[in-house]
Amino acid sequence: MSAADHEWPLWEIFIRGQHGLNHRHVGSLHAADAEAAIRNARDVYTRRNEGVSIWAVRADDIVASSPGKKGPLYEPANSKVYRHPTFFDIPDDVGAM
Amino acid sequence: MAADPLFELLLRMGDNTLILAQRLSQWCGHGPTLEEDIALANIALDLTGHTQLWLGLAGEVEGAGRDADGLAFHRDVWDFRNTLLVEQPNGDFGQTIMRQYLFDAWHVLQLEALRESSNPQVAEIAEKAIKEVSYHQERSSETVIGLGDGTEESHARMQAALDLLLPYVGEFFANDAVDEIMKEAGIAPLPDSLRSAFDEQITPVMQAATLTVPDTDFAHSGGKSGRQHSEHLGHILPQMQWLQRAYPDASW
Repeated sequence: MSAADHEWPLWEIFIRGQHGLNHRHVGSLHAADAEAAIRNARDVYTRRNEGVSIWAVRADDIVASSPGKKGPLYEPANSKVYRHPTFFDIPDDVGAM
Repeated sequence: MAADPLFELLLRMGDNTLILAQRLSQWCGHGPTLEEDIALANIALDLTGHTQLWLGLAGEVEGAGRDADGLAFHRDVWDFRNTLLVEQPNGDFGQTIMRQYLFDAWHVLQLEALRESSNPQVAEIAEKAIKEVSYHQERSSETVIGLGDGTEESHARMQAALDLLLPYVGEFFANDAVDEIMKEAGIAPLPDSLRSAFDEQITPVMQAATLTVPDTDFAHSGGKSGRQHSEHLGHILPQMQWLQRAYPDASW
């Protein structure tokens, strides 16, 4: 049995601070199962009244982009300012956006 | 009777939470994992918060000018009214969790009953505390199950913890003269009236944890009456009180 078999799996924790805001990644922790991950997240990440909702996701289940592909993935968007919706005149009637 | 029974009841509540909080805080920085370490510290802080309320009210009821700090830091062993269970040593992590679960299971029932107290201040404190204590019970019961129904070693440690600590449970449910007066006044439940609900709470948890509840009615006593604490309380108090005793009324 390898050392990793003795370790609790890693969970990524997402917390929603207030109603209406998105869940944000706050960090990770170890827990034996999903329910324990929620309890641990409650104790580790919401002890200063930070949250109204917790998501826990097994770190293994997150598919991440490869840092090595940064160039091909993101650089092409650098030179395309016209993709920002900043070239429109907004009518006064619209008010605050 | 020497003291006001309401004062005695409030000391029992506040001393239980105070001594258990002190015990749990001894884990701070020593927990088996970061997550368990911080969870135990959180529970200790919750219980310390309850202590301030219970002992604060006890001081008001006594009317002798002592506040929560005065009662916590300037009394000696024979004045404490906590049950023997909460002063028992932490042992291994399993023993700490078993002690916690047995306490939580009683604590939830006691606070549920105190929410209906005829004394509005008692009811208010119970109302505030029970949300935190319900979470304590959720956490400790699931951990008892996880460790009891875990590896051969964790199971053996949890069974040993249960065998060791169960004889300290009976004290929570033994009525005495203070309890009778509090029941009469509608302030607190009779301790033995909570016993069947307690058994209903722990039986399925122990089953899920594959643990065998020892078949014994033997119960240590002497803590809540102050008649005879275990030797352990005498070691807890100097550590907890030395600063206030060396520098009375020190604050920061």
